[in-house]
Amino acid sequence: MLDQMEGSRAVAEAVALCRPQVICAYPISPQTHIVEALGEMVKSGRLGGCEFINVESEFAAMSVAIGACAAGARAYTATASQGLLFMVEALYNAAGLGLPIVMTVANRAIGAPINIWNDHGDAMSQRDCGWIQLFAETNQEALDLHIQAFRLAEELSVPVMVCMDGFILTHAFERVDIPEARQVDAYLPAYEPRQVLDVHEPVSIGAMVGPEAFMEVRYLAHAKQMMALERIPEYALGFREIFGRDAGGLVRGYRSEDAEIVVVALGSVLGTIKDVIDELREAGIRAGVLGICCFRPWPMEAVREALRDARCVVVLEKSLAVGIGGIVATNVRTALAGFAVAVHAVIAGLGGRAITRSSLAAMVRAGVDGSLPALGFLDLDRAVVERALERERRTRRSGPIAENVLRDIGVVAARIA
Amino acid sequence: MEKPFAITLDPGSSLANRTGSWRTSRPEYVDRLPPCNHACPAGENIQGWLYHAESGDYEAAWRELVKNNPLPAIMGRVCYHPCEGACNRGRLDESVAINAVERFLGDEAIRRGWRFAHGAPTSGRRVLVVGAGPSGLSAAYHLRTLGHAVEIHEAGPLAGGMMRFGIPQYRLPREVLDAEIARILDLGVKLVLNAKVDDLLETMRAGRFDAAFLAVGAHIAKRAYIPAGDSSRILDAVSVLRSMEGEDQPLLGRRVVVYGGGNTAIDVARTARRLGAEEAILVYRRTRERMPAHDFEVEEALQEGVMMKWLSTIRQADEGRIVVEKMRLDDKGFPQPTGEFETLEADSLVLALGQDVDLSLLQGVPDLEIRDGVVKVDSHLMTGYPGVFAGGDMVPSERTVTVAIGHGKKAARNIDAWLRGTARQLAPRHELASFDKLNTWYYSDAPKTVRPVLDILRRQSTFDEVVGGLDEGNALFEARRCLSCGNCFECDNCYGVCPDNAVIKLGPGKRFRFNYDYCKGCGICAAECPCGAIRMVAEQI
Amino acid sequence: MAFQPVKFYQTGTFTVGNRLLAPEERSVQADMARINSLNSGHRACQGCGEALGARYAIDAAMRSTGNRLIAANATGCLEVFSTPYPETSWQIPWIHSVFGNAAAVATGIAAALKVKGHAEVRVVAQGGDGGTTDIGFGCLSGMFERNDDVLYICYDNEAYMNTGVQRSSATPPGARTATTMAVGPQPGNCFGQGKDLPRIAMAHGIPYVATATVADLRDLEYKVARAMSFHGARYLHILVPCPVGWGHGSHETIRIARLARETGLFPVFEAEDGEVTGVSKIRKPVPVEEYLRPQKRFAHLFGRPPRIDIIAGLQEIADRNIRRYGLLDSTD
Repeated sequence: MLDQMEGSRAVAEAVALCRPQVICAYPISPQTHIVEALGEMVKSGRLGGCEFINVESEFAAMSVAIGACAAGARAYTATASQGLLFMVEALYNAAGLGLPIVMTVANRAIGAPINIWNDHGDAMSQRDCGWIQLFAETNQEALDLHIQAFRLAEELSVPVMVCMDGFILTHAFERVDIPEARQVDAYLPAYEPRQVLDVHEPVSIGAMVGPEAFMEVRYLAHAKQMMALERIPEYALGFREIFGRDAGGLVRGYRSEDAEIVVVALGSVLGTIKDVIDELREAGIRAGVLGICCFRPWPMEAVREALRDARCVVVLEKSLAVGIGGIVATNVRTALAGFAVAVHAVIAGLGGRAITRSSLAAMVRAGVDGSLPALGFLDLDRAVVERALERERRTRRSGPIAENVLRDIGVVAARIA
Repeated sequence: MEKPFAITLDPGSSLANRTGSWRTSRPEYVDRLPPCNHACPAGENIQGWLYHAESGDYEAAWRELVKNNPLPAIMGRVCYHPCEGACNRGRLDESVAINAVERFLGDEAIRRGWRFAHGAPTSGRRVLVVGAGPSGLSAAYHLRTLGHAVEIHEAGPLAGGMMRFGIPQYRLPREVLDAEIARILDLGVKLVLNAKVDDLLETMRAGRFDAAFLAVGAHIAKRAYIPAGDSSRILDAVSVLRSMEGEDQPLLGRRVVVYGGGNTAIDVARTARRLGAEEAILVYRRTRERMPAHDFEVEEALQEGVMMKWLSTIRQADEGRIVVEKMRLDDKGFPQPTGEFETLEADSLVLALGQDVDLSLLQGVPDLEIRDGVVKVDSHLMTGYPGVFAGGDMVPSERTVTVAIGHGKKAARNIDAWLRGTARQLAPRHELASFDKLNTWYYSDAPKTVRPVLDILRRQSTFDEVVGGLDEGNALFEARRCLSCGNCFECDNCYGVCPDNAVIKLGPGKRFRFNYDYCKGCGICAAECPCGAIRMVAEQI
Repeated sequence: MAFQPVKFYQTGTFTVGNRLLAPEERSVQADMARINSLNSGHRACQGCGEALGARYAIDAAMRSTGNRLIAANATGCLEVFSTPYPETSWQIPWIHSVFGNAAAVATGIAAALKVKGHAEVRVVAQGGDGGTTDIGFGCLSGMFERNDDVLYICYDNEAYMNTGVQRSSATPPGARTATTMAVGPQPGNCFGQGKDLPRIAMAHGIPYVATATVADLRDLEYKVARAMSFHGARYLHILVPCPVGWGHGSHETIRIARLARETGLFPVFEAEDGEVTGVSKIRKPVPVEEYLRPQKRFAHLFGRPPRIDIIAGLQEIADRNIRRYGLLDSTD
């Protein structure tokens, strides 16, 4: 059913169609609209057979989901940014225990400085926690990925994070196709847990494992994610069969087959990049795009196949691994080890900074003419950072960085000075 | 379900981990000797029979009791219960009224007509018992139970010995005495009355006895020289008490003086009151604290109006009056004359200065050693003449009914061994369950039950029993006050308090077992055992 | 309804069992066929109060629920000694997630059971004092406030024992731990306001809050059974001495717990809907010194010169408890 709605609402509708049994809610922007919508559905009775629990923190949200999932219930929660970090211990635990929880991460920057706008810093910080991470390009895909996520999680007994750009997707009103309940039911079988807390068949879950078996347990977690690399394309195909559209998969190229320069990115920015690529193609530049839908597990083979023939790869990153640069770029370089492909990391859009078509076009042109550095920062205000660095060199007690920068660029200068 | 590797485990699988290997000391169940049992001259397993009484199984309790003592209804009245003096509960609140429960059981047995179980098969051996007092009856009972033919030769007209001729009825009703004697005789013990044994060896030969147990009581009153006028009336306590059992009650008069400080003196004074004496005065040369009589008897006598003259000796007895000299105690506690005299009006003077045993029957028996009026015996109660054993008042010992009954049992078991050509081997005594071995926290506070006492008027005029018995309710209460010192009473504490579930409960009456596969030796079970029935022993490592 | 002690002259309510009691009046622990929810072979230290308390409590809860019980466990001694791979001591469905989330995990289990229609299966969460009063406090308070159908049991041994005896917010003033050493002018733990979790639980207005010790099994079992008679959030705080951390003999675990109660330092009571409804009276009052002396963690209070001021401070705490809860008959 086609409808015009906010991205958060679309996700809520998709989650509801998956018949979750326990939903834990804790407010944090920009995720909050999702659980608000679900809360209303449970309260009104539209979503039956579901416990909606208002918890006191994200750590509790994930913990409640762990308990619910271990007791055999389909469990869901959503978070973002600081909230994701606050539940980190439980995230690792859910993954370690192999509990198929599905969680939406409405991607948002991590402070300090505190910032509520979009980037991928939150999800990237958890790339190695054992969860599968899927990134949605559009609201429709966000909706569709949640349906796939439950299937994937429960089939492999691994938790899945569906990442969607905060505000850009969560708060954007777009037309989405809401599937029929029967379609979802046909695609997603009832939750049959791999292990469950059952009074008729008691087990102890969460043993302390020492050096004699810990390596093996960790290896098995890795092996499971490797299995996911096979399942994800299968489930995307199966999804297409029932729902009649493409969603998910490991990676998706756009005009990349013959491209000499390929921009790699995750999430909603892919739309903008595609527009730029189209313009550049018009201008005769053989540029293409590779969207990474599944970031964890890292689709090494798929990425290699897609990029091995390019001359230059520009990885547009919405997160910064401070001290090294690009996280995705590092992964891409690993995939392309042994191939003569130049890989550039360009950090862009941090904390909600707009990524403009003109800047992107300039970036690609720089890639083509060889002037792009190994690590670049899109639209970085060099003057501001130079001033700040100079100030720090000069004065030991130079004051808070963020406030200084704001003064420098004149946002609050009148009031502070 | 197919469980994920390592993080999910099968229930209870830790049984594979034998934590017993951690142990440096191990708990062991022990039976320690309760102080009551230890103090009982008759060797009663008091804790053992109270255990059954606690659950209301009075017959089982009685049967456990009579394993050692066939006269519980009597003992429940006349025993001076050293057990209660030793009772650990006395240090908590008050000692358990063991004697009262014993009497309750004895009375229940009479009321319900419980009989002794017949014991071992007949051995074909014959044992002569001389004297049907407590010691002789006890020996006869045990010997019969052990399978031997027993014949009691009693000099007197009735069985019971001092229990009949020395203890007043108000302390021991005769129907109780008769009932318990009859039950022993019912076992097939032959009793020959009015049969004084003059020549022991001849009697044994004539009766083809293989062994003999001599249990003649001390019926001969000791005399003291007291200058007396011709018409003074001086009697001895044994005769007075004995004559109470006959047709003619003794004529003591309106004012009676009793000379002596023992229980017999008290008995006579109290008897005199009951016979109508307006004054019964007890004269004793030392202080009340030094009287051999039990304090509770002195107290009862005082309640009944018996008067006491302590620190006094009788110097002269004339018709109607007695001269006493005041005494004082010297540094060593001996009474010394003061030269002060006093006159008491008295219609009669009863001497209660102790008793001797008539040992004439031993004439002609070789190898006997007699010293201080008693027969020397070895640790098996055998005299110097093989096969002749002796006990009770005849041997050097405290002269109480309880001691006599204990001798009877001990002699019977030794005679049995001797008849079988063996020497009785005693199992090593258990360690004493002293107060420090207990964890008394677990016992509720419960003061002793007071036995009903006959009202004072009736005590001064009748020979009704003074001290009443317990009813079932308070007998049960009293039994349950027992701490079960040193002996498991299945309170489940060890079973419960073990952090390692290393105690196996074996079921009612079967107690517990340690599971050393898992016991880490923490010692909580031993520390929290209320009755001290667990000890910790170092492991040999 | 207050706890009805067994009126029994010989051993009263105090022993684990009593052969003279009617079967239905006997304690769970006296049962020959008791479940031993925490099985033998666990790796708790000798004389562990927590192992004992956990078996007492969980066995009782098992009886109350007809063996339909699921437990969530915080990280800590209990978790470590009961479930080291490849063996578990638990005979019931049990899960350990992390240190600070046992209450929330239990909430999730309860929610799952409700939604799946297993109303008859009940949930307990359990943890030590660190996992309860410190790191797990947020989740616990949330569970209380939502009134989730969970019985939370805190096994309080008054410090972080699993990590080597460090101070927790349940450590008593004056006590030596690895992070409150017995040195300087104020040796041992500081005197603070105290973190009285049972009273904090009561302040949430939850249906049932109770304290108990391993020294009084029948009271403990009664409280578990009482707790299981309610739905909603319930809290049971059990004092479980730790021979290693407190420095007393492994055989003294129960005696020390008993002294904690008899001094008034650990008030034993129960409360419903935030109001105290029952108090275990002190049976044989003793000064705190008698409780402190056998424990090495307080040894510095009895050195030369003795720290009479600190002992008096602890006595004040005991006296306040005695007044507050009416622990002596005379204070009624």
